[in-house]
Amino acid sequence: MADVAAIPIVEVVGPSRRVLLGRRVLAHRGLVAGAGLLALIILIAVTAPLIAPHDPYAQDLTRRLVPPIWSAKGTWTHVLGTDNLGRDYLSRLIYGARISLLIGLSVMLISGLIGTTLGLLAGYFGGRVDMIVTFTVTVRLAMPLILVALAVVATVGGSLIVVILVLGLLKWDRFAVVMRAATQQVRALEFVAAAECIGASTLRIIVGEVLPNVMPQLVVVATVEAASAVLLEAALSFLGLGVQPPLPSWGLMIAEAKIYMFFSFWLIALPGTALALLVLAINMVGDGIRDVATPGMRS
Amino acid sequence: MLAFALKRLALAVLVAVVVSALAFLLLRASGDVAVALAGEGARSTDIENVRKVYGLDRPLLVQYLDWVGRMLHGDFGESLYFKTDVLALVRDKLPTTALLAVLSLLFALGISLPLGVVAAVYPNSWIDRLCLALAVAGQALPNFFFALILMMVFGVMLQIVPVSGSESWAHFVLPSVALGYYVAPPFMRLTRTGMMDALASDYIRTARAKGLSGASIVLKHALRNALVPVVALTAVQLGFLLGGSVVIETVFALDGLGYLAYKSISHLDLPVTQAIVTLLSFIYVGLTLSADLINAWLDPRIRIG
Repeated sequence: MADVAAIPIVEVVGPSRRVLLGRRVLAHRGLVAGAGLLALIILIAVTAPLIAPHDPYAQDLTRRLVPPIWSAKGTWTHVLGTDNLGRDYLSRLIYGARISLLIGLSVMLISGLIGTTLGLLAGYFGGRVDMIVTFTVTVRLAMPLILVALAVVATVGGSLIVVILVLGLLKWDRFAVVMRAATQQVRALEFVAAAECIGASTLRIIVGEVLPNVMPQLVVVATVEAASAVLLEAALSFLGLGVQPPLPSWGLMIAEAKIYMFFSFWLIALPGTALALLVLAINMVGDGIRDVATPGMRS
Repeated sequence: MLAFALKRLALAVLVAVVVSALAFLLLRASGDVAVALAGEGARSTDIENVRKVYGLDRPLLVQYLDWVGRMLHGDFGESLYFKTDVLALVRDKLPTTALLAVLSLLFALGISLPLGVVAAVYPNSWIDRLCLALAVAGQALPNFFFALILMMVFGVMLQIVPVSGSESWAHFVLPSVALGYYVAPPFMRLTRTGMMDALASDYIRTARAKGLSGASIVLKHALRNALVPVVALTAVQLGFLLGGSVVIETVFALDGLGYLAYKSISHLDLPVTQAIVTLLSFIYVGLTLSADLINAWLDPRIRIG
């Protein structure tokens, strides 16, 4: 046997793993663009009271349906015009970002907590626990999400908090499915067996060993779910069974402007584009994280 | 195969039973139905009367078993808003939604399969980029917003198709495109990755070595294998389609199950809502069951393992 200590230690001088990861992030154009767009929307939402030119709820019935600045009759007082109640459209769009972001984030957190817990338990313990979780997910998937959400919101009464809770309590299925599969893979690795050998508690293994190693997949699902929650809230509000007036939800703004659509298409084009840009930004961040965290797994 | 099929069937029945119970509980527990039925400003004696007439004062389990028992005899109750038999109402609207679902699926597959195949054969070409752009846009656009854009462009500006109603085939064009594009992105991505994996495999190299033509390799050998996961996805996406039909049918006033669901939900018409939710769940369970059986038949590894 060769003496281990005799093998010369070669210092590898090069960029650390963190620096390498940082370089991969910056080299990914989609991720940078998506993150930039998302940061801009978050900034707009946070600073809404400072940058909105008018009160988003202030009605002025003498100045209804003022066209935006690019049309012949546009004025600089209302850059993006006013809606059917004479409310400044730009201000409502700016405040609307708050609602969509709040929905995306809260639904992601609630459903993420439920789904990740179920997925970790199923993937780690397997056997009967896995069977129960898989069955629960199958049952949840068989229920038509948007119909059940609509029906519950209709009976309970629509409000921001009800929409968040209903979507959060219904949308955990993808978290559970992905986390279960990821945990099964990590569970079979040697460091988990090593942790078991040194007598670490189950909770500690799951939280300390498994969870950090399934983080990339968790982050990717979280972005997908946040984007889909934003779209679902918009659809519910568009159908009148989500966030209620006078809140400036983008989906609700499209519903309110639908009857003026043929004459003032910008009234639905603006909130619709805002929704698409937000969802696009979240999806680009998610796709980018997947590419950067799992090189060679691009699809 | 028989043992696998029976086991899978038993699971499907169990899921169906649990889903129907959950749907029942959820709709009952989310609010006091009697108060909703009696209407706004009803006196408490009115509410009590409603409770007795509709049997809402009995335990939930008894109500559920009663509902299931009637349902098995084909009695879905009477609609509170439309004042007609629920079964007749649903049966009347089902063909419209079924047609919409089939047309949307055909549109989705019609654009996804060719684009996905070409994108996989020529990666990083302009058509691959177009495919990616279409998929990314399809995932970001709210489906009702896309539907309104279609309505504006093809119905109002070009005036080539009607924008509202369900009287003729032409009325189905825009709804099918809107709903089909909504479910298309996963098909595009899955076809592309499936084809790329298939094209990189050993049997394709063998086929090339034998001197088969490019088209024969792509269409006969690779595509057939790439399509296996697409079968399973189709069942899942059909479920999404039926859910999404609520939004699209409402936008285009297409008189199908989705529009009926929307109307009954907004009028708190519980028997109709419950019937549709249960029916759609059962359809989903049936679809996933068939997809599993088809895949088990295609691939022996599934039915044995």
